[in-house]
Amino acid sequence: MTPSRSSRSIDWPLVLLYLLLVGLGWVAVYAASYSPEAPANPLASLGFSQLMAFNWFKQLLWMGTAAVLIVVLLVVDYKAYDTLAYILYFAMLGLLLVTLVIARPIAGSRSWLEFGPVRLQPAEFAKFTTALAASRFMASINLRQQNWRDQAVLAGLTLVPVALILASNETGQALVFAALLLAYFREGMSPLILLLLAAGGVILLLALLVPKLWLVGGFTVVLAVAFLLNAKLWRHHLILSLSTWAAVIGMVFGVNFFFNHVLQPHQRQRIEMLIDPGKDPLGKGWNVTQSKIALGSGGWLGKGFLNGTQTKFDFVPEQSTDFIFCTVGEEWGWAGSTLVIGLYMALLWRILLVAERQKSVFGRTYGYCVASVLFVHFTVNLGMTMGLMPVVGIPLPFFSYGGSSLWSFTILLFALLALDAHRKQDLLR
Amino acid sequence: MQYLEGRRYVVLAIFLLVGVLFAGRLFYLQVLDDSYKVAADRNTLQRQVQIPYRGQIYDRHDSLLVTNTPVFDLVVVPREVKRLDSLRFCQLTQMPIEDLRLGLRAAKIYSRNRPSPLIQNLSTRELATIDDMLGDFPGFRIQARMARTYKTENLAHALGYVGSITPKLLESSKFAHYQPGDNVGISGLESYYESTLMGQRGVQYRLVNVRGVDKGPFHGGQYDTLSVAGQDLHLSIDASLQAYGEKLLAGRRGSIVALDPKTGEILCFVSAPHYEPQVLTGQGSGNRYMDLLRNPDRPLFDRPLMATYPPGSVFKLVNELVALQLGVVTPGTGFPCNQSLIHCTHRHEYPSNVNIAIKQSCNPYFYQVMRAAVLRGQSRNGFEDARLGLGQWQKMVKSFGLGEKLGVDMSQEKRGLIPSPDYYDKRLGYHRWNYKTVYSLSIGQGEIGITGLQMANVLATIANHGYYYAPHFVRGIGAVGQPLAQFRERHYTAIDTSLFKYVIPGMQAVVDGRGGTGEFASLAQYGISVAGKTGTVQNAHGPDHSTFAAFAPANNPKIAVAVFIENSGFGGTAAAPCAGLIMEHYLRGHVAPSRKRWENWIMYGDLTRRGHH
Ligand SMILES: [Zn+2]
Repeated sequence: MTPSRSSRSIDWPLVLLYLLLVGLGWVAVYAASYSPEAPANPLASLGFSQLMAFNWFKQLLWMGTAAVLIVVLLVVDYKAYDTLAYILYFAMLGLLLVTLVIARPIAGSRSWLEFGPVRLQPAEFAKFTTALAASRFMASINLRQQNWRDQAVLAGLTLVPVALILASNETGQALVFAALLLAYFREGMSPLILLLLAAGGVILLLALLVPKLWLVGGFTVVLAVAFLLNAKLWRHHLILSLSTWAAVIGMVFGVNFFFNHVLQPHQRQRIEMLIDPGKDPLGKGWNVTQSKIALGSGGWLGKGFLNGTQTKFDFVPEQSTDFIFCTVGEEWGWAGSTLVIGLYMALLWRILLVAERQKSVFGRTYGYCVASVLFVHFTVNLGMTMGLMPVVGIPLPFFSYGGSSLWSFTILLFALLALDAHRKQDLLR
Repeated sequence: MQYLEGRRYVVLAIFLLVGVLFAGRLFYLQVLDDSYKVAADRNTLQRQVQIPYRGQIYDRHDSLLVTNTPVFDLVVVPREVKRLDSLRFCQLTQMPIEDLRLGLRAAKIYSRNRPSPLIQNLSTRELATIDDMLGDFPGFRIQARMARTYKTENLAHALGYVGSITPKLLESSKFAHYQPGDNVGISGLESYYESTLMGQRGVQYRLVNVRGVDKGPFHGGQYDTLSVAGQDLHLSIDASLQAYGEKLLAGRRGSIVALDPKTGEILCFVSAPHYEPQVLTGQGSGNRYMDLLRNPDRPLFDRPLMATYPPGSVFKLVNELVALQLGVVTPGTGFPCNQSLIHCTHRHEYPSNVNIAIKQSCNPYFYQVMRAAVLRGQSRNGFEDARLGLGQWQKMVKSFGLGEKLGVDMSQEKRGLIPSPDYYDKRLGYHRWNYKTVYSLSIGQGEIGITGLQMANVLATIANHGYYYAPHFVRGIGAVGQPLAQFRERHYTAIDTSLFKYVIPGMQAVVDGRGGTGEFASLAQYGISVAGKTGTVQNAHGPDHSTFAAFAPANNPKIAVAVFIENSGFGGTAAAPCAGLIMEHYLRGHVAPSRKRWENWIMYGDLTRRGHH
C-alpha cells in the first residue's frame, strides 16, 4: 500500500466537511471568547501562559492535537478497529469505573479525569468504544432472526456504559447512546422499538403539559375507535392492546411520581423551564431565555463577526461550549445558522453514503453509529439552544469549545474514514 | 436483506426532517419574531444622561441671584460592599444603624451595580470626616452633583424653585425626555424658562455586560450627544429695590408691583408675607414647604399674580378714559356730587371738571360718568340700552389688559374679571338688570377683580399715553440678551392716545395738590412730580384693603407702581407712602433719612387707625 493509493481512497468530501465545521467552529469560539480589551495581536504580544487564558487559543491547541490524532488513526492498521473492539470496550468500562471512583465532582458530575491543567471526560470516548463493540457484535449475529440471547447481549453491551455514565451524573452523555438504536434499526431491529420509544417520549411530554384525565380519556377514545373500526383484527391482539392501554395509563400517572421522586432537582428544573421559561426568566429560565434572545436578535444576516452583544457580554452562559450556536445565530443571522445546519445535513448524508458502501457489516454498522451519534448531539444541542428541548449539557460536534469532545468526534469520524479507505482490501480478505 | 436497504432512507429522512424543523424554528426566532431584538437591546444598552449646568439668574444690575454649587452625597454600590463594619460606619457617619439597614436594602432593590444615595447634602464637616475614612469601606463613596443655590434672600415667588420631577409631570408629553429623579423647575421662572435654563441633556449609549460593567460606547458613540449648558436669565428686577419692598411689607399681607412703563420690565415684585427662596431646597425642604403651606397668612400664595381684588377708586381713571373715548364727556364736564346717587367719600368742592373729580375721588361724579358711557340711548328698551352700553364698555376696559392674562413670563397668572353683559344675564337673567344694578363698577367696586400686576400695568399704560408692553421678568436670555418676542410688542388700548393727557393732571393733583388723597406719596421735595390715585377696597370679610397706584416722574415716567395692602384701611394712609418710598428708592437709588419715619409707619404702624376719608 502506497501513500498515494491510500490518499486517493480517502473520502475527501467528508474530510472537507469536517474541516469546514471545525474551522467555522473555531471562528465561533473566537467570537464567543473575544474581549474588546484584549491586545490587537495577541499571538505576538502575549506569552504562552497568558494565551492559555483564551478559549480560542486552547481550541487551536486542541485542533493541532486532533490533527496528530487523525494521522495516527489513518496510519494504524485498519483491521485493528475490528480486532481491538472488545478490548477497547472493556478497557473503557474500566476507565469509566475508575473515573467514577476517583473523580472530583465538577458541577455535580463525577466524570472528569484531571491531568494537571488538562481535563478529559472518558464518557466522550465511550461512544466510540461502544460503537466499535456493538458493530463487531452486530457482524457476528443476525438481528432479524429474533434471537433473544443475541438481543440481550446487544442491549447489555449498550446499557452497561450508559449505566456507568448515568452514575457519574452525566445524563446528557448517557442520552446520546440512544443514537445507537438508529444503527441497530438499520441492521434489522424491529421498528416497533423505535416507535415505542418515540411514542413514550411524546406521551411523557404530553403528560407534563396536558391534564392527565384529558390524556387518558383521549387515548381511550382513540383506542376504542380503532377497535370498532377493525374489531376482528383487534380481537386477535386483545391482550396486547389492553396491556398497551394499561401501560399508557400507568405511564401517565407514573410521570408525576417519576417527575417528583425520581428526577433530581436540577433535572426537574430543566424540564420545568422547557415547559415555561418565562416563569422565572432571571432564575431557572435564564439559560433558555438568554439563549433565545441571543439567537433571535440575529435577524436575517446577523450582527456581524465579533459584533454580537449578547454572547460577548456574557448574557448567555457556557457560550463557548454548550451554547456555541448562540454566537452563530447572533453574529451570522439566519443565513449563517441555516448554512451551518446545511453543513451538518451534508455531513450526515455523506456519512450514510460512506456507511452504505462498506462491504462489511462491521463497517456499515459503525458508520451508522457515527452518523447517529453526531445526529443526536446536533439535535439535542440545537434543540436546547432554540428552547425546544430541556437544557442538557452536551456539546455541538466540532463547534463547541473543548478538547474531549473535539477529539472524540474526530476519532469517531476518522476511524470510519480509515475503514472506508481500506474497504476494497476488506473485500479481498 | 433487500428490504433493509430501504431503511437507509428512513434514517436519512429523520435527519433531514430535524434539519428542516430547526431551520424553520430559527426563521421564526430570528426573522419573524422581533421581540428578541428588543430584549437584546434592553439587555445590553444603557442610556446615560449627562445633566447640563443649569442656567444662572441675574438681576438688572448683573448681580447674581441664583447659581449652582456642588453638593455631596454619600452613595453606595451594593455589589462592591465587602465586610461592612456597620457599627463603626454608623459611628463615623452619625447615621442610625436602622437607617443604614433600610438604605442598603433600598439600594439593593434599585441596582446592585449602580450607586444609590445613602446620605444627601453632606455638610462640609461631615464631608471632611467621612471622606478620610471611606478607604476602609469599599462600596461607599462620595458623589458630587450640582444643586441650586441662592445668593439672594428675596424674590422667592418669582424665582420659584427646582425639585425632583413628579410622576404626574413625567406623564405629560412636555417632559417626555425626563427621567424619574431628574430635577425640573417646579414653579416661577424656574418653571417658565425650564427649557432655556436646563440646556440640552447629553445622552451616551453604553454597552454593558451581564454584570452591568461598562463595555464601551455603542456603535462607536455615533448616537451619543453632548450636553449643552443652560442659558442664563437676566432679570429686570432691581434686587435692592426688591429687598426694600419685601422689608416694607414684611409684617403685612399684600403686594407691590413696579414696572418700567417704557419696556414693561418688572422692577419689583413683592408678595407679602414672603419667604426665602433657599427654604425650598436641600435637606428638610419638604417639611419647610408643608410649614409654609399651613401658615394662615399663606406665604406661598403669589399675590401680585393670583390675588384679585376690586381695584377701588383707581379704576375711576379707566372709566373716565372710556367715557372720553365714547365722547359722552369732555375734560370740562362737571357733575354734581349728588349723594342720593351714591355716597361720596367726603365733603369737597364742586367737581366742575375731571381734574377736581379725580383729585377728590368723587363717587357721584364717576357714577354719572359711567352712566353716560353705558346708557347712550342705543335702544328704547332701558334694559337693552344698559346691555349694549356695558358690552362696549367691557370691550374697551379689557383693552387695558384687564380681565385677561397679561402673559407675564410665569404660569399661574390669574385673569381677573371685567364683567360682561352675559355675566349679568347669567346671574340675574336677561333684561333683568340695568345700570342701577351694576353702578358700583363706576367706582371700581362690585364684581370686578384685577391683580396687582394688572393694576401696575394700567398705570404704565396711562404713563405711556395708551400702550403697554406685557410685563415680564426676563429682559435678556443668555447671549442673545433680548426678552422673548412677545415682550417686545406694543399693545394699544381702545382709547385714543390723545385722551390720556386729560386724566394725568388730576392724578398729579392727587399727590402733589393741597389736600390730595395721595399726598403721602409725594416726592415734591426732590422736584419729582408723581401722578397717582388712591383706592380703598371694601372687604366683606374685615377691614378695607388699602391700594395706591402711581407713576413718576409725571412728565417722563420711569416707574409705575401698584401697592395693595390688605386690611389696612384707606389707600392714602398705607399704600400711598409705601408707593412713595418705592419710587424714591428706584428713582434716587436710596431713601432719604428724613423719610425713614414712613418706613416705620408702614412696617409697624396701626394702618387702620388714621382717619377715613
Ligand atoms: Zn363727591
